[in-house]
Amino acid sequence: MSMMDSQRMQRLREFARPDRVFDFMAPAESPVDVRHGPILYLEDVSVSFDGFKAIDNLNLTIDDGELRCIIGPNGAGKTTMMDIITGKTRPDRGQAWFGSRHNLLQMDEPQIANLGIGRKFQKPTVFEALSVNANLELAMAGDRRVWKTLLARLDHEGRERIDEVMEIIGLSGERDRLAGVLSHGQKQWLEIGMLLMQRPRLLLVDEPVAGMTEPEMHRTAELMTRLAGQQSVVVVEHDMGFVRSIARTVTVLHQGSVLAEGSMDEVANDPKVIDVYLGGDESSDVREGT
Amino acid sequence: MSLATMFKRNSLLDERSTWITSVVLIVGMLAVVVLHALPTDHAWHLNGSVVSLLGKYLTYMLLALAVDLIWGYLGILSLGHGAFFALGGYAMGLYLTAQQAPLAPWQAVMAHFPVAALAVILAPGLLALVFGWLAFRSRVTGVYFSIITQALTFALMLAFNRNEMAMGGSTGLTRFDELLGFALAGEGMTVALFVASGVAVLLAFWGCKAVTRSRLGRVCMATRDAEARVRFIGYRVEHVKLAVFVLSAMIAGVAGALYVPQVGIINPSTFAPLFSIEVVVWVALGGRATLYGALLGALVVNYLKTVLTGVMPDAWLFLLGGLFVVVTMFLPQGVAGLMAHLRRRREVTA
Repeated sequence: MSMMDSQRMQRLREFARPDRVFDFMAPAESPVDVRHGPILYLEDVSVSFDGFKAIDNLNLTIDDGELRCIIGPNGAGKTTMMDIITGKTRPDRGQAWFGSRHNLLQMDEPQIANLGIGRKFQKPTVFEALSVNANLELAMAGDRRVWKTLLARLDHEGRERIDEVMEIIGLSGERDRLAGVLSHGQKQWLEIGMLLMQRPRLLLVDEPVAGMTEPEMHRTAELMTRLAGQQSVVVVEHDMGFVRSIARTVTVLHQGSVLAEGSMDEVANDPKVIDVYLGGDESSDVREGT
Repeated sequence: MSLATMFKRNSLLDERSTWITSVVLIVGMLAVVVLHALPTDHAWHLNGSVVSLLGKYLTYMLLALAVDLIWGYLGILSLGHGAFFALGGYAMGLYLTAQQAPLAPWQAVMAHFPVAALAVILAPGLLALVFGWLAFRSRVTGVYFSIITQALTFALMLAFNRNEMAMGGSTGLTRFDELLGFALAGEGMTVALFVASGVAVLLAFWGCKAVTRSRLGRVCMATRDAEARVRFIGYRVEHVKLAVFVLSAMIAGVAGALYVPQVGIINPSTFAPLFSIEVVVWVALGGRATLYGALLGALVVNYLKTVLTGVMPDAWLFLLGGLFVVVTMFLPQGVAGLMAHLRRRREVTA
């Protein structure tokens, strides 16, 4: 056998190794690399819809374990930004990296979700026809392939994890109730609980306190603070009181790019920010925060 | 974990409706067989034509089950499931035809029963795989999906009408004599086909129940109610849809294969869009996402159809339309939903 043949043979053997699946079938899961600091890195991202620039040269860096609040008037591009990070929208330009290894622009929604980015929608979306328990079970990290899902069974560890999360979100008493009959606040918490079951590295939370009562809001603030540290959390919120109660670093988004970034006090006293907000409906909110 | 332990651990029969449905199916089947075995002059004797009519109903029930699996649990309204039913039927029809006349050369393998039996499942399965892959990958949903399924079945109807297909053209395949070496006209065969249909319904019912009660079943319902959320949790929605859609098409194919020898003919009219819509009406009337509702709906509507087309043929379509309107407006959950509602009320008052 010639040299080349044996090499080819070698490659073929390597390709068809009996002790593992083909490389192209193996899940492309490698741990998120955060040795260089940021867990999320957006650079010069732009996207426009029918000529309207929803995101315009956006640069944003989120550090591992950080709790970041993003505020901005309506139309500032907050939701579009989340769409880009989670793979729902492809930007026209720019880069989006998860850690320093994973290029988010080359992946679709399930891949990004399985990589460890969880997303909570503005409107609470839970599976109304399923029980609280089943909602959490579906969200639990695990093998998502069809056949595995068909045969999946809740094991002891999984059950404990569900109990733990139910405790955290305060729904232990509602285990077997259908998610559809929960109150608005409870649905929001259930959705956050589902994110926790995914064990994400990065949580994107869109307006978690919209429509909540004052006590519910306090509880959510507590929940958010608890989550940060274990994972990185990005909260988009309009409610300044809420942002003030949880924020360490605040990013102000305006017309698709970052207007200001810093602590709540710095941001609230920034003349550019005041300028933007004074024209808008939420001027009173900012001053209330100051 | 193996499939067997999944069935066992899921304890399929712990749901009351599943238990009752299984018992009713088994007892009903046994009753028909016993009544048929009575002497012909006995007042309760069921003659062969009634048995084979009931057998036809069973194949319709199987088809309804297939539609409910994807419509009720996955929210995919297929208005072309008749196509999968007909494909299964044609596979069986070719085999039956081959018993007395040679087939066209490219169809000749269908003369072997194992090949034909495989084709009954694979032909609809493959069509569903290709069609579903294209549709679900492009995220075609809702009414758009329904419309293209109508187009699919219509296109197949036109294709099977052509004589170049060598499948009887617009006449279809008919004049079958024997199946597996036994005469189709025999009484024993009638009962055997009836029992085979009943067993198929029972197995498919348990299989669908196992799927819908698994985690995959809950993913299906979640997809039906909030598809985007399921994606962001990390499930490949298109794979889930495709898998269940193919399973459903295969069940429909088996139904078609059992239908053909009992009715004695398969022709392009089974591909007609109207037939597929009728199937959806059965399921809607019986009640979606319960499985037993689909069985009930198919049985009731087809019984009514048999009776009414005998008494007042012109009135049938009006009644069918009327039923659909009434169910849509007043019983969105169908008969099954009505029964569940009445039971809850009784429990509350008791």
